[in-house]
Amino acid sequence: MLAFLLRRLTQSLLVLLAMSVLVFVGVYLIGNPVDILISSQADQTERDRAIVALGLDKPLWAQYGNFVLGAVTGDLGRSFAHGVPALELILNRMPATLELAFVAMLLAVGIGIPLGLIAGLRPNGVIGKTIMAGSILGFSLPTFWVGLMLIMLFAVFLGWLPSNGRGETREIFGVGWSFLTADGWSHLILPAVNLALFKLSLLIRLTRAGVREALAMDYVKFARAKGLSASRIVGVHVLKNIMIPIVTVIGLEFGSVVAFAVVTESVFAWPGMGKLLIDSINVLDRPVIVAYLLIIVSLFVFINLLVDLAYSALDPRVRLGDVGAH
Amino acid sequence: MANAVQAGNSLWREKASEFAADRMAMFGLVLFVLIVLAALGAPWLSPQNPYDLSQLDVLDARLPPGSPAADGGHYLLGSDEQGRDLLSAILYGLRISLGVGVVSTLIAVTLGLLVGLLAAYKGGRWDSVIMRVVDIQLSFPAILIALILLAVLGQGIGKIIAALVTVQWAYYARTVRGAALAEKNKDYITAAQGLGLSAGRIVLRHLLPNCLPPLIVVASVQVAHAIALEATLSFLGLGLPITEPSLGLLIANGYQYLLSGKYWVSFFPGVALLLTIVSINLVADQLRDVLNPRLAK
Repeated sequence: MLAFLLRRLTQSLLVLLAMSVLVFVGVYLIGNPVDILISSQADQTERDRAIVALGLDKPLWAQYGNFVLGAVTGDLGRSFAHGVPALELILNRMPATLELAFVAMLLAVGIGIPLGLIAGLRPNGVIGKTIMAGSILGFSLPTFWVGLMLIMLFAVFLGWLPSNGRGETREIFGVGWSFLTADGWSHLILPAVNLALFKLSLLIRLTRAGVREALAMDYVKFARAKGLSASRIVGVHVLKNIMIPIVTVIGLEFGSVVAFAVVTESVFAWPGMGKLLIDSINVLDRPVIVAYLLIIVSLFVFINLLVDLAYSALDPRVRLGDVGAH
Repeated sequence: MANAVQAGNSLWREKASEFAADRMAMFGLVLFVLIVLAALGAPWLSPQNPYDLSQLDVLDARLPPGSPAADGGHYLLGSDEQGRDLLSAILYGLRISLGVGVVSTLIAVTLGLLVGLLAAYKGGRWDSVIMRVVDIQLSFPAILIALILLAVLGQGIGKIIAALVTVQWAYYARTVRGAALAEKNKDYITAAQGLGLSAGRIVLRHLLPNCLPPLIVVASVQVAHAIALEATLSFLGLGLPITEPSLGLLIANGYQYLLSGKYWVSFFPGVALLLTIVSINLVADQLRDVLNPRLAK
């Protein structure tokens, strides 16, 4: 177990290092931030001073070296556009994104798994077919367009819900949360539904496929032959076996929900870190782009680790220590 | 040899009739063919050339669907902020969206196929290096990789195709490698090796055709993803430039008028996008059931 954790941590660090080089070099190639940040009236000495102040006069490897030295001590550079540490900027925006992603994931899991179960148990019934048709629609609807249509329907035509922002927030441990106020919920619900739709369809399909494959297995036939009740077969035998891939996907997809929040946040002007990324790309705010990516990569590495651990807890055949043994 | 070819044909024919048995899938296929025809026939079908500025009248800007046009026709789906007939703009936008999606998928399939076969056939160090790269790439969501690439590369049709290829190839490489590994140890490959056939011939003539079914399933799903991803990136302002308005860009143009109730500028291009993706997904769904050996009757 300890050996597994150590190996995974080393591997994760290598991935982080490789990604940081790729991203750093890639982002370095984008335009010249000085052109955007300094007014065109500035004379050459002012430009030079700004270039030195931003550290852009040093060669690329030296800039990267400085960046890594800083990153180890928790300093990911200072935002060109905002003048504050990039890490602080992103951490300030992170709760809004995580809140949105959590609510979206809860919606997807809470609705998707029961619907998938129904569709899998009755693949040829009317309800099963309707659920599957609905999931194809949910799979096919482009997220950003659904967002626009939700705004059109609920904010413009019906006037029930606001179209942008986080609304009123209440603080816990110095961080503001929208889900603690009624006004916050009215702002949260549309973006959350928007973000959940794709994962909801994915979970329906995954659950249905798992149920269909499990029902054909010998252990289900055997359970039937033993005369177990249908609810016990589904609730205990089928569900337990199909939960393994589903938990994996829920875990992995959480990271993708955080990444996809970029789109939903842009549509609903939700002040999360995804919107910050788009804004930063538009003004070539390199430190923020690089910091965002490193944070997202770390998040993914962490999630993957959690998924592996959950996997071993659910499936006794998986022995984490023996990965290299066979 | 002739017998084998015939057996192959009848297998495909059997799969085709299995495919046709599902009404939803056939509906999807017909819809998709119609959409492709509409996109190809855009210059003849559309009432107006949306790129020809001399045909546009700014006085006709943002008219609701069905409004009469100055030249005697009608704006069936309304007009946009430059007085452009939305139906025409959608037909032309469809060409770009479909073109970008299909071209990027074809390139990515070819790339993934070659890399996947290489990994499976060579094995050893080739395999572990290639698959490590694939695994790392697939642990990140496609949209994130595409966003970063376009932030680095800038706008343009070639650049967005490059981004979509980068995002997709790993799926195909992994699919093909998996299929090829399963096939590699079967008797017909051993027999071919025993006959002394060249490695290239074994891989291309014997291994490759048997890796195609799973590849087709993945590719059919991925085309739809590529089209949706291009639309999303264009909507965010990172995809295609304004001179080549794909459906995503048309939707983005209508965003600012949505809050004042002028829904059609964003609504109809979105419906066109949706129908395209739904039709592909319906076909892909049935392809997966037909080509999945685990569900074979």
